[in-house]
Amino acid sequence: MADRITDKELKYLHLSKPARLLFSVWNFIIDIPNKIWHLICAIGRVFKNFGLAVAREATDIFLTFKNGDWKTKISFVVMGFGSLARGQILRGILFLLFEIVFIMYIVLFGGYWLGKLTFNNLTATTSVKTTQVVAGIEMEVDSVIYGDNNLQIMIYGVLTIVFILCFIYTWRLNVKQNKLSEQILRSGKKLKSSKDDLKSVLDDQFHKTVLALPVLGIVIFTVIPIILMIMVAFTNYDYNHTPPTNLFEWVGFENFNQLFTWGNGTSTFSATFGELLTWTLVWAFFATFSNYFLGMLVAMMINKKGIRLKKLWRGILVLTIAIPQFISLLYVSKMFSDEGLINRFLINNGVIQTALPFWTDPTWARVMVIVINIWVGVPYLMLITTGVLMNIPSDLYESARIDGANPVQQYFKITLPYMFFVTGPYLLTSFTGNMNNFNVIYLLTGGAPYTLSNSAGRTDLLITWLYRLTVTNNDYKLAAVIGIMVFVVVAVISLVVYNVLPSMKNEEDFQ
Amino acid sequence: MSKVSSIKRNRAIGNTAIYIILVLISVIWLIPFVFILLQSFRVESTWQVGYVIPKQWGFKNYIELFTQSSFFNWYKNTLIIALCNAVLQTMMVMMMSYALSRLRFKGRKLLMNAMLILGMFPGFLSMIILYYILKSMGLTQAGAVPGLILVYFASSGMGYYVSKGFFDTIPKSLDEAARVDGATRFQVMYKVILPLSKPIIIYTVLTAFMAPWADYIFASYIAFGTSSGYNVAVGLYSWLTKDMINDYYTRFCAGGVLIAVPITILFMCLQKYYVEGVTGGAVKG
Repeated sequence: MADRITDKELKYLHLSKPARLLFSVWNFIIDIPNKIWHLICAIGRVFKNFGLAVAREATDIFLTFKNGDWKTKISFVVMGFGSLARGQILRGILFLLFEIVFIMYIVLFGGYWLGKLTFNNLTATTSVKTTQVVAGIEMEVDSVIYGDNNLQIMIYGVLTIVFILCFIYTWRLNVKQNKLSEQILRSGKKLKSSKDDLKSVLDDQFHKTVLALPVLGIVIFTVIPIILMIMVAFTNYDYNHTPPTNLFEWVGFENFNQLFTWGNGTSTFSATFGELLTWTLVWAFFATFSNYFLGMLVAMMINKKGIRLKKLWRGILVLTIAIPQFISLLYVSKMFSDEGLINRFLINNGVIQTALPFWTDPTWARVMVIVINIWVGVPYLMLITTGVLMNIPSDLYESARIDGANPVQQYFKITLPYMFFVTGPYLLTSFTGNMNNFNVIYLLTGGAPYTLSNSAGRTDLLITWLYRLTVTNNDYKLAAVIGIMVFVVVAVISLVVYNVLPSMKNEEDFQ
Repeated sequence: MSKVSSIKRNRAIGNTAIYIILVLISVIWLIPFVFILLQSFRVESTWQVGYVIPKQWGFKNYIELFTQSSFFNWYKNTLIIALCNAVLQTMMVMMMSYALSRLRFKGRKLLMNAMLILGMFPGFLSMIILYYILKSMGLTQAGAVPGLILVYFASSGMGYYVSKGFFDTIPKSLDEAARVDGATRFQVMYKVILPLSKPIIIYTVLTAFMAPWADYIFASYIAFGTSSGYNVAVGLYSWLTKDMINDYYTRFCAGGVLIAVPITILFMCLQKYYVEGVTGGAVKG
C-alpha cells in the first residue's frame, strides 16, 4: 500500500493541518452514499452467508444421518446416546441430562409462556366483591382473581426462546460429535476418555471455563434485559397500562411515530426530544474538550521544569477523585442553591438583593454544570495527560528550540498533534461517556429547571430524562424509545469518528 | 544587565505565575471539602447559613448520626456491598480480560464486538426489567443488599478494557516457554501471569470497592422507599430533599466526612496503582 500514492492522498499531503481535517471530513461526507451502498451490500452478504451456512449445516446433518451407524442415528433423538455407546460416559450423560431438562422445561413451563407472547386473550388481575359468610355474618369481601402479567410473560417468553436456541446449538454439537467420533474410530485411533475431558477443562478448553461465568452474567443481566426493553418500545407499557391490573399490548411503531411527528409547536414529545438531544451533544462537546484542554494545561504546569512540590499539587487534585461524587456534587449543588451558602453570604453582606439564579435560570444552570464538570473532570485528565506528555520525545522540543520556535509554537506543532494522536480513541469514548454522564447532571440540578413538556428540564440529558420517565412518570414505553435513540446516536457518532480517524492517524505529523 | 540574567528573571517570573495559579487551583479544588468538614462541626444551627466557620463547635452532628438515624445501618450495607463487589467483580473482570487477551479461540472477535455494541446502550435502560427480575427473587427493598451485589458484579465482565490492555503488555514468550515445559493453560495463568499482574489486580479491586459508595441510581431504585436497604448515597441524598434539608444539612456534612475519610486514606495509599491503571487504559483506548 505504501508504495502507491493515489491522487487523493497526494492532494491531502499538500494541505495544512486544519484543511486536512476538513478534507477528510468532506471526503467522508461525499463518500456517504457509497458507504450506504456498501452497508446494504454487506447486509445482503450477511443474509446470503447465513443462508449458505444454514444450507451447509443441513446437508452435513443429513449426510451424518445417512452415512452414520445405528449409534449415531439414535443420537439424533436421544442426545448423547452415541457418546455413551462409545464409552465417553461423561459427555453422554451431560448431553442426555441437558435434553431431559430441556424437554421438561418446555412441557411444564416454557410452552405455556411462549403461547401467551402474542398478548392475545389475556385476562387482567381483577378484584370482585362477593358475599361470604364469616363467623355467621354475611359480609362483602374483596377477592382477587389473579390473571396474566405481561411483563412476566415477556421475561419467561424470551428466556424460553434463548433456551430453545441453546438447545438447537447443543443438539448440533451432539450430531457433530457423533460424526467426529466415527471418523476417529474408523482411522483406528482412540476416543478421548472422560478423564481427558475433565483435564481439557483446565487446558485446551480453558477459555470456556474462564468465560462461562462472565458471559452468563452478561447474557442474563444485560442482553436479556436489553432485548426485553427493546420489546417494551413496541408496546404501550406506561402508567395507564401497568400489569397485573391493566395489561399492555403490542402497538407496533406507534411510539417511534411520536418521535417523528413534528406537529403543534414546542410541546410535543418530538420537540422536547430534539431540544434535549441538542443540549446533550452540546454538553458532551464542552464537557469533553474543556476538561481535555484544561487538564492538559494543569498537567503541563505541574510538569514544567523548575516547579517544586509536584507530588503535592498532583496529590491535591487526585484527592478529589477519591471522595465519592455524590458527596461533593450534592454539596456543591446546595452551595449554589437559592437558599445556599453563596447566595446567603452575598445577601447578608449586601452585595445583591435577590438570590442569583444559579439553578433556576436555564442558561445559568447550563453554564454552571459545564463549569462544575471541569472541577470534576480535570483531575482525571491531568493524570492521563501527564503520562502521555512525559512520553513525548524530548529531542523533538530540543530541535524545535534550536530552530527558534517559541513555547506557543512548540505547543501547537508538537504537543497538540502528539496528544491528539495518542488520545484520539480516548476522546471518543469520553465524548460518548459524557453523553451518558448521569451523575453530574442528576446530582447537581436533577435536570431542573423543568420547563419542557413530558417533565423534561433544561439541563436534562437524554439519559436523565430516561431515568425520570422510568422512575417518576412510569412512562416505560417512552423511556425505552429514548434508550434506543441514545444507542443509535452513540453508534452513529462512533462509526463516523472511527471512519474519519484513520486518516488523521496516518498523518504522523509529529515525526 | 546581561542577557543570561534577563532570561533567568523571565523564567523566575513565569514560575512565580505558575505557583500562584497552582495555589489557586488547589484552593478551588479543596474548598468544598474544607467547607463540608467545617460545617460538620457546627452546633448552633442545622440550616444552610451564610457563613462557613462555625460559631459554636462540637460533635453534636456526629453523635446524632449514630444515635438518631439509620446511618450506621446504611454504612454497614454499603461496606458489605463494596467488599463483596471488590472480590466478585475483580474475579469476573480478570477472567474475561485474561481470556480475551491471552487465549485465542473461535469467536473471540465476535465476543468483543458484541460487548462493544452492548456497551452503547445506556446502562439503566433496562432498570425496570432488572427490578422486576430481582423482585421475583425477593432481592429488592429490604433485600436490596444482595440484589445490588448481583447487579453490580453480574455483567461487570464488560468492563474488561483496562485489564486487557495490561495483560496485552506481558510478552507472549512467557506463556510459550511455560507451555513447552508442560504447563497446562490453567497453570500458565495461575503460576506465570497472575503473579505478574499485581498492579492491575489492585487497580480493579480498588475501583470495584469504590464504585458502590457512589452509586445512587440503581441503589435508590432497587431499595425503593425501604430505609433498611439503603446505601449511604441514597440515605444521605434523602436528607437533602426540600423538606429535610433544614433539619439535616449539617448531619449530611458529618456523614459525608465519615464516608470520605476512610475511602480517601485507602485511595491515597493505593494511588500509584490507580494512576497506572487510568493512564494505561486511556492511552490504549
